[in-house]
Amino acid sequence: MFSVLTDNWPLFRDGFWLTIRLFVVSGVLSLIIGTALGAFRVSPVPALRGFGTGYVNILRNTPLTLVFAFLFFGAAKMDLALPNPFWTAVGALTIYTSAFICEVVRSGVNTIAPGQSEAARAVGMSFVQVLTIVVLPQAFRAIIPPLMSVLIALLKNTTIAAGFSVVEAGSIPAAMSERGENQLLTLVWITIGFLILIVPLIFLQRWAERRTAVA
Amino acid sequence: MRMRTLVATFGAAALALTAAACGKDEPSAGGGSTDGAASDSCGELHKFTAATGVDVAGSTAFTKIKSAGKVTVGVKADQPNLGYKDADGKRCGFDIEVARMVSAGLGLDPDKIEYKEIPSANRETAIAGGEIDYYVGTYSITDKRKKQVSFAGPYFIAGQDLLVRKDDTSMDGGKTALKGKKVCSATGSTPIQRVKDEQLTEASNISEFKTYSECVSQLLDKKVDTVTTDDAILKGYAATAPDELRVVGKPFSTEKYGIGLPLADKALREKVNSILETSASDGTWKAIYGETLGKSGSDSTPPPLEKY
Repeated sequence: MFSVLTDNWPLFRDGFWLTIRLFVVSGVLSLIIGTALGAFRVSPVPALRGFGTGYVNILRNTPLTLVFAFLFFGAAKMDLALPNPFWTAVGALTIYTSAFICEVVRSGVNTIAPGQSEAARAVGMSFVQVLTIVVLPQAFRAIIPPLMSVLIALLKNTTIAAGFSVVEAGSIPAAMSERGENQLLTLVWITIGFLILIVPLIFLQRWAERRTAVA
Repeated sequence: MRMRTLVATFGAAALALTAAACGKDEPSAGGGSTDGAASDSCGELHKFTAATGVDVAGSTAFTKIKSAGKVTVGVKADQPNLGYKDADGKRCGFDIEVARMVSAGLGLDPDKIEYKEIPSANRETAIAGGEIDYYVGTYSITDKRKKQVSFAGPYFIAGQDLLVRKDDTSMDGGKTALKGKKVCSATGSTPIQRVKDEQLTEASNISEFKTYSECVSQLLDKKVDTVTTDDAILKGYAATAPDELRVVGKPFSTEKYGIGLPLADKALREKVNSILETSASDGTWKAIYGETLGKSGSDSTPPPLEKY
């Protein structure tokens, strides 16, 4: 059982390290873009609302593999390709996950009573001020659990990149098969690896929930 | 509002379908060109007559095959002229013919084979778990794999080579000419491991995709300079787009393709070995090679069996 891991340690180490990098980079970018898209969808400007709605409905309904395939093969034909496979994968994961984060943020905003924004508007705050000072801080409390679900899904979605020239944890089984290692044990170790990566996210969620709890 | 959402959803679905179509079409190198069109669809298969009165004493797998009345064979579907499935769902190629030959030798109608596409990474599991009866798909015989499955054969000997764009002569030196070149191969495959271990090119120049078709697509789009794997696979691709691609022809390894069988079933392995032996002596091997990989112009002979 342990020899599968110890004999191929560099493969597991490099694979999971790349998974972590993919997750962190595309996670941060998705949070930024997703929140901006969420703001678009609740904004008073019809064009921004339309853009947000279109983005969410297209990207949320497209399988992630197709988003990857488009960026890797379609974009190459149109000379739009990103510099290397890592950034192409980050791009695919980010534009896909942003759609989900957008909806999570929007649902959080919807939990805030309209009277609050009306009151804030009445004291002379701009839309951006209403959003950043009054609405989003409160909305954040409601969105922590679904946001974490989206992030955990993102972590596992990184494995799709294995098929697209990004040698992360999801690509380990292919190499292990060529080395003649036991596939089932390989999968067990990969599962354990992902569990270890998810544990900090669970603790982060608990901490954030406590932090934002109503006293 | 509801209408608008509906329209957006349909728009997304249409986009997804287009993307799906692209993903399907592009990897089949040169599928659009007139030269490639002929080799992209499967033609006539070799005629085999099922042997009669076959019995393999002491083989549990054979008993299972016999009672099912058909064999389930693991194959690949994206290797032109080796293990290929065309747009109509017809299968052809050298590996497919070998699979059919073995089925006929076991006394079962080769037209009734149930094919299962098993990716390289899942081969051992599929054989050990009884999901397939045997596997024919560029399966290299290695000592490590012998611990998990048993092999009949080899039925073919291949070697790692380079597929390049037709007008590119910069890699004609073979593996020593790879420095600074963008090399593509299947994720985690032995060929790409060799490129890494022998440091034939820089780590940043290595691309790994799930299938060779995707590498070939990248080669045609000039995103990579060469695709490396066994020459048998590369010749198959070169034959689909002879005006755009060619194989360098300086193999730098030896890969013995075997038929993957359940580990404990010694009786079945001996039976399959004898089927292969017969095909080598009666000219069947030559015939099916000529109908498939032989079309690339290179000749070959059946390799000696390894009966272990």
